[in-house]
Amino acid sequence: MSKKIGDVILDVKNISLRFGGVKALTDISFNVREHEVRAIIGPNGAGKSSMLNCINGVYTPSEGSITFRGQTFDHMDSRQVAEMGIARTFQNLALFKGMSVIDNIMTGRNLRIKSNLFMQALRIGPAQREEEEHREFVEHIIDFLEIQAHRKTPVGQLPYGLQKRVDLGRALAMEPQVLLLDEPMAGMNVEEKQDMCRFILDVNEEFGTTIVLIEHDMGVVMDISDRVVVLDYGKKIGDGAPDEVRNNEEVIRAYLGTSH
Amino acid sequence: MQTTFPRLLLKHASERPQAPAMREKEYGIWQTIHWAEMAQMVEHMACGLHQAGLTRGEHLVVIGSNRPRLYATMLAAQSLGAIPIPLYQDAVAAECVFPLNNAEVRFAVVEDQEQVDKMLEIREQCPQIAHIFFDDPRGLRKYDEPGLASIEELLASGAVFAKQHPDFYVGEVEKANTHDVGAMFFTSGTTGNPKGVVHTHYSLINRAEAGAKFDHLTSEEDVLAYLPPAWIGQNIFSYAQWLYCGYVVNCPESAATVTIDLKEVGPTYYFAPPRVFEGLLTSVMIRMEDAGALKRKMFHYFMDVARTYGPTKMDGKSIGLGGGLLYALGNLFVYGPLRNTLGMSRVRVAYTAGEAIGPDLFSFYRSIGVNLKQLYGSTETAVFVCLQPDHEARADTVGVPCAGVEIKVADNGEILVKSPGLLKGYYKNDAATAEVLTADGWYHTSDAGFFDAHGHLKIIDRVKDVGRIKGGPNDGAMFAPKYVENKLKFFPHIKEVVAYGDQREKVCVMINIDFDAVGNWAERRNLPYAGYTDLAQKPEVYGLIKECVEKVNADLAEDDLLAGSQVSRFLVLHKELDADDGELTRTNKVRRGFIAEKYDALIVALYGGATEQFIETQVKFEDGRTGSVSATLKLSDAKTFTPVGKAA
Repeated sequence: MSKKIGDVILDVKNISLRFGGVKALTDISFNVREHEVRAIIGPNGAGKSSMLNCINGVYTPSEGSITFRGQTFDHMDSRQVAEMGIARTFQNLALFKGMSVIDNIMTGRNLRIKSNLFMQALRIGPAQREEEEHREFVEHIIDFLEIQAHRKTPVGQLPYGLQKRVDLGRALAMEPQVLLLDEPMAGMNVEEKQDMCRFILDVNEEFGTTIVLIEHDMGVVMDISDRVVVLDYGKKIGDGAPDEVRNNEEVIRAYLGTSH
Repeated sequence: MQTTFPRLLLKHASERPQAPAMREKEYGIWQTIHWAEMAQMVEHMACGLHQAGLTRGEHLVVIGSNRPRLYATMLAAQSLGAIPIPLYQDAVAAECVFPLNNAEVRFAVVEDQEQVDKMLEIREQCPQIAHIFFDDPRGLRKYDEPGLASIEELLASGAVFAKQHPDFYVGEVEKANTHDVGAMFFTSGTTGNPKGVVHTHYSLINRAEAGAKFDHLTSEEDVLAYLPPAWIGQNIFSYAQWLYCGYVVNCPESAATVTIDLKEVGPTYYFAPPRVFEGLLTSVMIRMEDAGALKRKMFHYFMDVARTYGPTKMDGKSIGLGGGLLYALGNLFVYGPLRNTLGMSRVRVAYTAGEAIGPDLFSFYRSIGVNLKQLYGSTETAVFVCLQPDHEARADTVGVPCAGVEIKVADNGEILVKSPGLLKGYYKNDAATAEVLTADGWYHTSDAGFFDAHGHLKIIDRVKDVGRIKGGPNDGAMFAPKYVENKLKFFPHIKEVVAYGDQREKVCVMINIDFDAVGNWAERRNLPYAGYTDLAQKPEVYGLIKECVEKVNADLAEDDLLAGSQVSRFLVLHKELDADDGELTRTNKVRRGFIAEKYDALIVALYGGATEQFIETQVKFEDGRTGSVSATLKLSDAKTFTPVGKAA
């Protein structure tokens, strides 16, 4: 029994991104289907994070358009992106180091909290009940990610691999339809990588979340992705199932270098 | 007494339906299951299992950590007259094959994906497994194996059946007799296949009662169940005595949260092997070293006070006005908060068993006001044989025989026991049964020991392990390996020891350092290391361990009987001895013979006088893969002492 991959949910068309004279991305097009694990790979400086930042609304592409669930945008607004159900994690962990694991993940519920600041501060009206509901949701994530023992630990005291997990937890707290993961496995040891792979696949399978991930480690990517886009110097040089990509001449050249 | 476990459950459910039976921490909150709910869950599960085809007298395995639904499964099986077998949840798949085939098990009720995977892995070797039920569905969504279903589905189908046949469950419970087989436990065994120890409802309940009466346990106790339920100790404390007394068993959230949960629950009745007490103490000591100067000073001052007065106070004797005042201050500033941090504020009775406990460790807990005691017993005796009365706890004895027990010391020093809690026999193993259970009704414990002047039993070693030194200056001297090993293990820096010396001219040991304690020690000395193997081979660490060995030698020299057991040479192993590699039993006892074969090169080097030896060993990881570790180990001499008796 395998999951059902649906229709195209996110369609990136002819995106180019320039920083002054530097061309970070040139005419990139690819799409993401519902429920799939889509990887973006490429050597350092290939433009992977820039691509994610365009989808995420952090950068405004110079050309091209992005279509999400039938709505087409020439640039994305980051709050709007979040409200549409696209969440992300960060390569360099943007967690609140002094706050506990629970509080960090709770911040992911921010968009879903309806009561205003005043009610929340005084815990009046629906504020308390709402907080309890959100806390319950966060507890499910903590259970899912197996970090019960660290619930109340300040994030800064946790080892790096666990911080990455908390980062993922915060993104999950948004109940995203699409999850953008920026190098979720970077800097991890083999065991931590295996754990992370399992969590990513579990998220994909249990919640049906569509996953777009950037990764360096070819082995990991090939194992867990359904389809892979390969970037090199801001250009798309390959797109397809892991096996196709692995045998693609240009991809081999980009990764292994060429003899001249 | 016609009691069975299901009858005890029904009694609690009808007498005090709204009293809590179990608590389980889930999603950060302690969820309570009342006796009435428990009884209903058991009824539904029993009906479900009946529909699935579980028959009277058949065996069923339960594999997992302490989960209410797994305990309910044991009750459900017993309600139908089937026999639950709890197996160790950390056993690798291959280790499950023997018990499953030996007992012709068709039903497995397991905790989660990890255990389901194990069952599926060995299905070919155990083709009779027809049903696998799991508690936690996580990760199992895609599984499509025949006979695999969730406990949830089992309960649902059972509920429907129970509604259609309201009298079925009680009818089944009524059929049982107290002398029917109640449960079976597989002993880990240091050699050969494990043996299934068969117990009746009567033997287990009788011992649960003896223990409960000895310590005046009531339905008000709180217990934290965190050790493997396959171990009879945990099973007595969180199952037999739970049902006998009707107290509350608390199930921790996960293995990693036990210390947090312990603090939250604050158990009143606590049971742990020495290594748990040691782990707790080590973590306290490490954290204390990091505390501020004032706190540290206060801690050390009052711990001195506790050492002076605490044990006397715990023995129920007067410590005088001055001592009383100092101790009260210490209690206010240090012992009270410390007990709270350890989760032992409310502990009324705490037991340690399974292994010898170090005198310092033992008196530490007693001196800060924790009523820690020792008991003696085994799987075959349903635990309770000897217990220490409240004011007579000693580190080197295991207490007095408890109600119903008769003890005799055989000529070879072996302890023989008669008790209502004795096993019925080993399953399908009459030869082994005949070896331990003789026609005159005595159970042969294979422990060597004697009664001291106060009537307390003292254990030295396993009878078969007590050996003789052969040749050399100590020719013919008694060699008690476990005694030597334990003495070394009492040092916080040493985790595991294997001693050799029987039929040899001197005693040599292989040592495992305690990675946490020695790692911390190294950090404080700015001693860099790259991991376990590297740390273990540091000359500084050898120096540290050598000191410990020589202290033990000095100590042994004072004992006429055991002066010949002094350690001449030692080495520090490059890897931790591990149950997954077959070097320890599942209850963490060293398998001396197996280790001797595996590390033969090291033993030859120890006795041959070499100063270095290369060794490569296979290791098995938790996920079943294998790898290898290699290192060149140093071998070191240790100073031995002239026996005090001879010098005089």
